[in-house]
Amino acid sequence: MEEVRLMKGNEALAHAAIRYGADGYFGYPITPQSEVLEVLEEQRPWETTGMVVLQAESELAAINMVYGGASCGKVVFTSSSSPGISLMQEGISYIAASEVPALIVNVMRGGPGLGTIHPSQADYFQAVKGGGHGDYHLIVLAPSSVQEMCDFMWLGWDLAFKYRTPAMLLADGLVGQMMEKVILPEPRPRRTEEQIREQCPWAINGRKNMRKRNVVTSLELDDELMEQNNLRFQRTYKEIEKNEVRYEAINTDDCDYLFVAFGSMARICLKVMEIAKEQGLKIGLLRPITLWPFPSKQIKEISQNVKGIMVVELSAGQMIEDVKLAVECKLDVKHYGRLGGIVPTPEEVLESLIAQFSINR
Amino acid sequence: MKEEIVIAGFGGQGVLSMGKILAYSGLMEDKEVTWMPSYGPEQRGGTANVTVILSDDRISSPVLNSYDTAVILNQQSLDKFESKVKPGGVLIYDNYGIHTPPTRTDIHIYKIEAMEATFDIKNAKAFNMIVLGALLKVKPIVSIESVIKALKKTLPERHHHLIPMNEQALQMGMGLIKE
Repeated sequence: MEEVRLMKGNEALAHAAIRYGADGYFGYPITPQSEVLEVLEEQRPWETTGMVVLQAESELAAINMVYGGASCGKVVFTSSSSPGISLMQEGISYIAASEVPALIVNVMRGGPGLGTIHPSQADYFQAVKGGGHGDYHLIVLAPSSVQEMCDFMWLGWDLAFKYRTPAMLLADGLVGQMMEKVILPEPRPRRTEEQIREQCPWAINGRKNMRKRNVVTSLELDDELMEQNNLRFQRTYKEIEKNEVRYEAINTDDCDYLFVAFGSMARICLKVMEIAKEQGLKIGLLRPITLWPFPSKQIKEISQNVKGIMVVELSAGQMIEDVKLAVECKLDVKHYGRLGGIVPTPEEVLESLIAQFSINR
Repeated sequence: MKEEIVIAGFGGQGVLSMGKILAYSGLMEDKEVTWMPSYGPEQRGGTANVTVILSDDRISSPVLNSYDTAVILNQQSLDKFESKVKPGGVLIYDNYGIHTPPTRTDIHIYKIEAMEATFDIKNAKAFNMIVLGALLKVKPIVSIESVIKALKKTLPERHHHLIPMNEQALQMGMGLIKE
C-alpha cells in the first residue's frame, strides 16, 4: 500500500524529483525554498540513482548548468525564489529559444528587490508573460497543496519533454513551507543513454554511428531563419494552448459571484466560501492550474452566469489582467490583494467582496 | 470533526515541533492535516507560531484569523492571539512570565504551570510535551496512543529510548488541568 507521509511542499518536490528519475539538480539556496537543496543533500541520490545534486556558485551558474544538462536530453531542474529567479531570466530565455526541456521552480517571496521572505504571488507577470527577452512562453503550473507540489514536478517534466520547452512550477512561501499529507509516486529509474538517444534525437550526446551533428543554440544571425524559428515556437505555443489548459472549478455551476485565484490564495478563497455559505452567499472558485496556458475560455463561460468576479492574489493585481481579457470587459472584475509578504485573512477577503460589490447581507 | 489550533510562544520552546507531533498524530488517525509555521528570523529568540488543522474533510485554508483553540506560551503571543479565539473556544496558557493574564469571559481559559513543572523534574526539554498533554486533556482531538505512534515514526531510532520520558511528560501535562 502507498504510504501517506507528512511533508513540507519544498520537501515533497525534492522527493518527487528523485523518484521521477531526475538526472540533475543545480541550485543556490534562498528562503523560502532552501529545503529543496537540503532534502536532496540528505537523500544523497548520487549514491542510489546517480542523480547529480550541485550547489552552484550563483543562480546564473545554476540556470546555465540546467541549460547544459537539458541540451544533452537530461532531466534537470533548478529551484529558487523571486530574486534568484530574476537572475535566471537570461538563461530561461536561452533555454526557450534553444527548444530544450527544463523545469524551474519558483517559490515566490515578497518583492520587489530583495524584499521579504514571506509568501507572495507578485512574480505572475514574470512567469507568464516571459520574464526574459523575446517572444517565448513557459508552461506555468501553480500548485496549491503539498500533493500538487509533488505531482506537478512530474507533470512539468512530462510537458517540458513533450513540447521541448521549459516549464515553471510557480509556488509561494506558503505552499513551500506548509506540511500536509502526501503520497509520493513509485520511483522510476533514470533513463539510460540509449533511451535518451531514442526519445531525444535532438540531444547533444555524442555522434554514435556517425549520425548527423546536433546543434543546440539560441543564436541565428540569418533573420529569415530566425523568423522561421520564431514561427515554429509560436506553433508549439498554439498546440500547448489547445491541449494543456488545466484548472479546478468549485461551486461554479450555482454561484452569484466568482473568485479567480491560484496557488495558496485559492486555498484561502475556499475558506472564504465556507464562511460566506453560512451567511447565505453563493460564491464559486475557478482555480487556474496552468497560469500559461490560461483557462480563458472556461472563465468566459462561467462569467456569463455570475454577477461579478473577484480576482484574489498576493499582488497589486497581475492575473486580473488575464481575467479581464478573458471576459472581454463585459463584466465587472474586481481585485483584492495584499503585498510584500502579507497573507490576507479569509475574513478580510470576504469583507472586500461584500464592499466592492455592495452586497446586501 | 474539524479543529483549528494555533500554538504560539518563543522560538526554541518547541512550538513548531509540538505542532508537528500533533499533526503526525492526526495522520496516524487518518485525518486530514495541515501544519503552517511562521518561518524565518522570528524563529531565533523571537516569537514563533504554528497553525495546525485536523479535519475529517479536505482542509481549505492553512492560515486562519480565528481559532477553536489557542495554546499560548508567552506574553507577546497572548496579546496577539487572545482576541482571535472563536467565542466558546479554548485558550490554554502557560503562566510563566505572564504579567497580564487573559480577560475574555466568552471563552474557556485554562492556566497551566508547565514551565514550573519542568523545573520540578529538571528537564526543560519536556516542556512542549507537557503542554501537549494539557491540550489533549482539554481537547482529546487525538489519542495518546496516536501521539506515541507519531513519536515512533518521526524520531530517529537512536532517540526511541526517549519515548517513555515523553509519555510521562504527556501524562504530567494532563495532570496540570484541574476540572
